[in-house]
Amino acid sequence: MMLVWLIVIPLVAGMLAWLTARWSTQLPRWISLAAAVLDLVLTLVLWMRSGSAVAAGAATVWFAEVDWTWVPRFGIHFHLGVDGLSLLMLGLTCVLGLMSVLCSWTEIREQVGFFHFNLMWMLAGIAGVFLALDLFLFYFAWELMLIPMYFLIAIWGHERRIYAAIKFLLFTQLSGLLMLIAILALYFMHYQTTGVYTFQYGDLLGAQLTPEAERWIMLGFVLAFAVKLPVVPLHTWLSDAHSEAPTAGSVILAGLLLKTGAYGLLRFVLPLFPHAAHEVTPVALVLAVLGIAYGAVMAFAQTDLKRLVAYTSVSHLGFVLLGIFSWNPFGLQGAVMTMICHGLSTGALFILVGALQERTHTRDMDRMGGLWITVPRFSGAALFFALASLGLPGLGDFVGEFLVLLGAYQLSVGITVVAALGILASTLYALRMVQRVFHGENTQRWQLQDLSPREALIIAPMIAALLWLGLYPQPILNTFAPAMHNLLREANLPAVVWQKR
Amino acid sequence: MMELLWLIVAIPMASALMLAVLGSRCSRRVVTALGVSSIGVSAVITMLVAADFVSAPPAGHAYTEILWTWISVADFQPHIGFYLDALSLVMILVVTFVGFWIHLYSAEFMMHDEGYSRFFAYMNLFVASMLTLLLADNLLLLYLGWEGVGLCSYLLIGFWYRDPANGLAARKAFIVTRVGDTAMLLGLFLLFTSFGTMQIQDLMHRASEQWAVGSTLAVAAALLLLGGAVGKSAQLPLQVWLPDAMAGPTPTSALIHAATMVTAGVYVVARTHVLFALAPAAQLTVAAVGSATLLLAGCSALTQHDIKRVLAYSTVSQIGYMFLALGVGAWSAAIFHFMTHAFFKALLFLGAGAIIEALHDEHSIFRMGGLRKELPVAFWAFLIGGCSLAGLPFITAGFYSKDLIIWGAWSAEQGHPGFWIVGMIGALLTSLYTFRLIFRVFFGPLQTPVTKRPGYAMTVPLVMLAICAVVGGAVKEPLLEFLQLALPAMVEAGAVGMTETRSEVVATFALLIGLYVAYLFHWQKRSLAEAAVANPAGRVLHAWWFADWGFDWLYDTVLVQPFLWAARINKHDVIDKFFTGIARLTEASYRVLQLTQTGLVRWYAAGIAVGSVLFLALAVFS
Repeated sequence: MMLVWLIVIPLVAGMLAWLTARWSTQLPRWISLAAAVLDLVLTLVLWMRSGSAVAAGAATVWFAEVDWTWVPRFGIHFHLGVDGLSLLMLGLTCVLGLMSVLCSWTEIREQVGFFHFNLMWMLAGIAGVFLALDLFLFYFAWELMLIPMYFLIAIWGHERRIYAAIKFLLFTQLSGLLMLIAILALYFMHYQTTGVYTFQYGDLLGAQLTPEAERWIMLGFVLAFAVKLPVVPLHTWLSDAHSEAPTAGSVILAGLLLKTGAYGLLRFVLPLFPHAAHEVTPVALVLAVLGIAYGAVMAFAQTDLKRLVAYTSVSHLGFVLLGIFSWNPFGLQGAVMTMICHGLSTGALFILVGALQERTHTRDMDRMGGLWITVPRFSGAALFFALASLGLPGLGDFVGEFLVLLGAYQLSVGITVVAALGILASTLYALRMVQRVFHGENTQRWQLQDLSPREALIIAPMIAALLWLGLYPQPILNTFAPAMHNLLREANLPAVVWQKR
Repeated sequence: MMELLWLIVAIPMASALMLAVLGSRCSRRVVTALGVSSIGVSAVITMLVAADFVSAPPAGHAYTEILWTWISVADFQPHIGFYLDALSLVMILVVTFVGFWIHLYSAEFMMHDEGYSRFFAYMNLFVASMLTLLLADNLLLLYLGWEGVGLCSYLLIGFWYRDPANGLAARKAFIVTRVGDTAMLLGLFLLFTSFGTMQIQDLMHRASEQWAVGSTLAVAAALLLLGGAVGKSAQLPLQVWLPDAMAGPTPTSALIHAATMVTAGVYVVARTHVLFALAPAAQLTVAAVGSATLLLAGCSALTQHDIKRVLAYSTVSQIGYMFLALGVGAWSAAIFHFMTHAFFKALLFLGAGAIIEALHDEHSIFRMGGLRKELPVAFWAFLIGGCSLAGLPFITAGFYSKDLIIWGAWSAEQGHPGFWIVGMIGALLTSLYTFRLIFRVFFGPLQTPVTKRPGYAMTVPLVMLAICAVVGGAVKEPLLEFLQLALPAMVEAGAVGMTETRSEVVATFALLIGLYVAYLFHWQKRSLAEAAVANPAGRVLHAWWFADWGFDWLYDTVLVQPFLWAARINKHDVIDKFFTGIARLTEASYRVLQLTQTGLVRWYAAGIAVGSVLFLALAVFS
């Protein structure tokens, strides 16, 4: 039941926030905050329980499940389940959801109720994506998270918000429709071989497909996830959407929506279509390093601070793709670790950039410089997250990226060399950003307010979390390791390459 | 006492954290107390541990302390754990000891700086990272320390962040060293994939069991590690960052860019000496890189005006000596020279800091002069440090360590007379640029008035380091013996027609020639120096050496500018053109189709008729 609450709480809170907005602009904020905290607490409880379940040597990887029949005629179930992977993604959702509510506290002044309604429903949708074990339900949740984001960008965004919102919608809807077709194709093909109509993940895992069909159906899924991830060259919606969205929107886009693409690859593409996925491995690896390098160079070229951070996401998510298609525990665990740490470090960077924009009303780095003089603590925090982003050992991102590279090295030395150069390139953009914004002379004579207590409350836990993940990541790795081993087993290719040694 | 090992790292780390979080709210007195004493306590514990290590040696002459498992994925299980043996013990002793005096000096030197607490936070973090690097029991933790010192170097070079030039130097340092680090990272992957462990001792053990001498993998692994080493230690071809690193506060230059961090590469090569022994080609590369660097940097040092840049090139050159020693298999000699170099180079930098401060931030040696009487402490510090650097026989520490290297360059098993000659030329150059500096700065007429004289907190470290720069040579025999617990002794193959004594005599002559030429050009007849630079050949050579043999220009042309160009032209993401193209196409076709909506019934009727005919034709003929 807890899993249902995780989705219902934000849905209800969103409704309440919208309704209460007519009486007070503070009420929606507090309601959303309470909902996010409640969800976080529930997730933590789940995590505690999962720890004991792992310790007890549980036979199944699913810590908790809810399975209700929804439309029996078509074999549609309301089926939620949580394993280590979805648990951590859920945790990330709650943390970043909480941060999004907090960072919008003073930024959003128009239509506060409707804003929080969208925010909460989006979080519910994302939680649904991470929990759904029924493909119909999955697609439902997938759409549920996209529409509110469209409104978020289109209503509360910046100068070119309409353009960015439509672009976002077109990219994600078109690729989403392809996924719907693929889901239906899988559904009918499964019926042809077994005579059972079902959208259930567990049933479809064993679907017998011809190689040809497997390839085409996988392509439908992969395109939807590749747009979300994003894989170069399908990334161009991202820089516009990120830079035009309000802070909370950017945080959720970078921290969570991109992760749903990676999650989809891990949860559906690899286990459902192991052979086809294995076939495309070379292409995926090349696209991954292309993304790493291209994203880094693009980030280096930007003068819009938000666009810069947006392109760093392209680069980092390239590592995720690289890890996923390494087909070994190093790569997979590294990929998940990168997903989590990127969510925190990039989320925090977007929060800081948003806070900066709130103060200076610009995102143009040419108009900044020397801000350290006026906002030292703010600058120190930004430096910290820039360092996390460039993969400094001791911070979380390094653990993920190191494991990914180690995994990739087992497959191809050449790919690893290029990807490692991508880490080098991350140094270039991260240091350039610090220099252009915080170092140098304060030529524009900015006199700004340093981190407020509310902002410190957002930033400090994220700093602590990245340090923790960088120095003692084992509790996190242990949480999702069984899920990853299970994945490799389901993919029917038990750690092929890695055991060759 | 040895269980306290972790505290040596933890105390500076904790202090750095506290200063970073609370420093801006503390008074300068509290910051000083915390920042300086943390290193002091760390140094004291290091000495206690050392005493314990010597008096009651642990089993196998090595002590391991594992704190926790860092990452555990399949068989990849590096710890946060420390490994203490003779090699790491000597290194941490020098780092904490020299580090403490430099911190004490900084307390006065930086007193009136607005970023006082930030400075000590960075410095403490640096020492903690350096100690982590030295004590790490596995390569991943070593890499953590390795990147940590690189970061602190970046932060401290760019400490005075208002000047964009400092920021540029800082980024250059971080990025150039990270180029090397990337190679090292690949080396880590190679080693782990080959042996399934990150523990340095296990790796070395398994490597010697499984890899034949000269095997491709061994050479590749050694060269990749060397890539990291040349980056951090500012050796060819990645030496370009160190001279610019002098933009940082002078105590930083003393601590990071002279005494400790830049020798990290030396340490890593010594730490993995088994691997290099398995890869003769790589070891020869080490010697070749060292030789080339010590000559090139020595020449560049001759031409610099900035007192700190002279010392920076001198550092590059001296680390070249250490690499030469490693390359010929004189492992202990390299570590010995690391120690003496830490003493005299820290001394020289701190002395230079006192001069620069006294002359109100004047860096050019041509606008100094006659400071012998004005700044006696700095003069004696410089004289002692300079003599030690040049290797004045018998009384200075530098003499013992450098001559050991020069002698080893020929007599060691992997030695060669060619390396010996390079070492000798290097000795000549060293003496030349050192005494050029001393004669220019302290003799001749007074050119810039002295406005400030160092106080106790700056004088005491100078005196202590000066003492070490002299008596440091006395520990030669016991130190070499002690180091043999961790490093193989140099295998003497002998040198035809040469003995250690004769080599020392030749080196002394090289020193004297250098001294005499420097005296002639820079004291007695300064017009000679100007004449040498004035003639065309001299001018070209001077310009070439002054610009560090054109490496900066080369990298700028070949790497930096093309990268900037590529980034600039594609700022608006050419891939997006494809998608906006689709949008444009859709729009255009909509406009075309819009033309058909004329509202005239006859056009519609004609359209329907033509369509019907076409479809019928298709149906009939297909």
